Amino acid sequence: MNPENKTNNSLLKVDDLKTYFPIKKGLLRRTVGHVKAVDGVSFAIKPASSFGLVGESGCGKTTVAKSILRLIPVTSGKVIFDNTDILACDASYLRNIRSGITLIFQDPFGSLNPRMTVANIVGEPLKVHKKITGPGLFDEVRQVLAKVGLSSDTINRYPHEFSGGQRQRIGIARALILKPKLVICDEPVSALDVSIQSQILNLLKDLQQEFSLTYLFIAHDLAVVEFTCDIVAVMYMGKIVEQATVDELYHNPLHPYTIALMAAIPKITTTQRDLANRLKGEVPDILNPSGGCPFNPRCPFADDRCRAENPALRPVPGNSEHLLSCLHIIKK
Amino acid sequence: MIEEVTLLNIKGLSVDFFTENGIAHAVQDVSFSVKKGQTFALVGESGCGKSVTALSVMRLIPDPPGKIAAGEINFENRNLLSISEQRMRSVRGNRIAMIFQEPMTSLNPVYTVGEQIVETIRLHQKKSEPEAWEIAAEMLRKVGISEPGQRVTEYPHQMSGGMRQRVMIAMAISCKPQLLIADEPTTALDVTIQAQILDLLDSLQQQSKMSILLITHNLGIVAERAQDVAVMYASRIAELSNSKSLFENPLHPYTQGLLKSLPQLGFTGERLYTIPGIVPEPLHFPSGCKFHPRCYLGCNDKRCQTIEPQLREVALGRQVACWYAPGYERPDDPKL
Repeated sequence: MNPENKTNNSLLKVDDLKTYFPIKKGLLRRTVGHVKAVDGVSFAIKPASSFGLVGESGCGKTTVAKSILRLIPVTSGKVIFDNTDILACDASYLRNIRSGITLIFQDPFGSLNPRMTVANIVGEPLKVHKKITGPGLFDEVRQVLAKVGLSSDTINRYPHEFSGGQRQRIGIARALILKPKLVICDEPVSALDVSIQSQILNLLKDLQQEFSLTYLFIAHDLAVVEFTCDIVAVMYMGKIVEQATVDELYHNPLHPYTIALMAAIPKITTTQRDLANRLKGEVPDILNPSGGCPFNPRCPFADDRCRAENPALRPVPGNSEHLLSCLHIIKK
Repeated sequence: MIEEVTLLNIKGLSVDFFTENGIAHAVQDVSFSVKKGQTFALVGESGCGKSVTALSVMRLIPDPPGKIAAGEINFENRNLLSISEQRMRSVRGNRIAMIFQEPMTSLNPVYTVGEQIVETIRLHQKKSEPEAWEIAAEMLRKVGISEPGQRVTEYPHQMSGGMRQRVMIAMAISCKPQLLIADEPTTALDVTIQAQILDLLDSLQQQSKMSILLITHNLGIVAERAQDVAVMYASRIAELSNSKSLFENPLHPYTQGLLKSLPQLGFTGERLYTIPGIVPEPLHFPSGCKFHPRCYLGCNDKRCQTIEPQLREVALGRQVACWYAPGYERPDDPKL
């Protein structure tokens, strides 16, 4: 499906990933249906590149991240990391893999244990995965703290003594101490103030260059994703609806949802509002999706075919790297 | 040119919070005016005092620990800080209404949305119960909720985030306020819903000529929606301007830094501009200009380090508090 998937040089390859959550009702808690949180998502990430997943809340982008790490039960599909299927491997190997994929979380207040010192928070992955303790552990912690711009005298302090930006740096240090290959950044800057956001985004870019990191970057802010990523996929109701390189997607967005998403961002460069591309309505109830293309109830171009047929993600004619699932555009 | 009437005028407002570790000056000497039928934006990062300013207008600062230390809030020819609590109650929710960031926590989960709107209406207007319910449904229709007759009987948890924010707006406008204070009204919402809610506020403003005091950290929203804007930093206004000039030619180094550090669509550079350092806490404000430790102009300037610049008018409709701003300095200013 995805032409990139054919090449074997990707670090992470997600193939037709489906994560459904059962809806249980009644006295016997019988399963009466499924929430299709992730519904057939495929993509591949090349080493040392950044892949962005954007979409509004509830579109399934965080569920994709959790599924990759097998933190939640996955319904079907494959997640190939370093030539091993994460979803099929045994528990001990899974633990091994989890030292190669780490996570940076959105909320720098909720994701750090308030009763642990910085040394313990940042050093814990080393204790768990590499069985390092004692002075060696502290040395490693100091080194990684220096990399994220924190001085080594912070090592015995507690999270509440830090500002939001500094806490996010602690979270990044914890993600990097195992020298992972892939870092999943789940909304790493959306909880931060504007003047701190740019510091963290620059830091993530510097670290990527220094350690040849691969990022899976999850965000709702299209401008942040444009700055950080090489390839971007737009998700809507559990599916990727458009995927392209950053330049292509931002200069030539094709899916009506992508266009509307870009139009909705308030911009400081212009006072003209793009009212023509305003979306009507809200994201439909994921429990009772309408038939056909998931975007059809809000799409200005939806016709009978869109209501009947669910379009597959296919390359746009003339550009094999630009994938689109829209009957309206591709048929032309 | 149409005459611009001032609806709300805040003069020298200072708010202190008495904490265990000392007095935190959350708002210091803040002055600005909101014109009739226009949108005034207060913008700044978390902890800069923008929400405290808004709560002061409603006289909702928790006392203790907070206290309005000085200033006047003039609204419709009276100083809201000197009227009785009883009189204030007839202003709050009636002449001045407020909507908050998180619509779920500001709606009561055990009452239907209709009951909550009816309560507001009957508190301020002499309406019978059935009349009030009719108005409630009418308000829901006005904010773009379909089947309002059915929706009034629903509870907040049955609605989506965008819908709840519409309910909050319906409640706020049900008494036809002159001033609507919107404290981060769309921060908790997705961008496509955010655009819908902001468009709704626009059209309501045009219909009823109400003024909006918009509190936000999102500069894009300010550029699109506000006529005037005050940028707050560390409890004070750093720069006050009509919003067009502010975005074209920011005068304060903090405003300049903020605008440059924003990731924007179409930005192709390798690195974003960053303002060094972090926002100071109210208990540990630096001396002199509070921005000087992070400022590219003032970090080594003795005067910036010791004397705090006051907000001064440097051009028509433009005020700034920076020793380096063009036209700021006066002959009798102290030199160092």
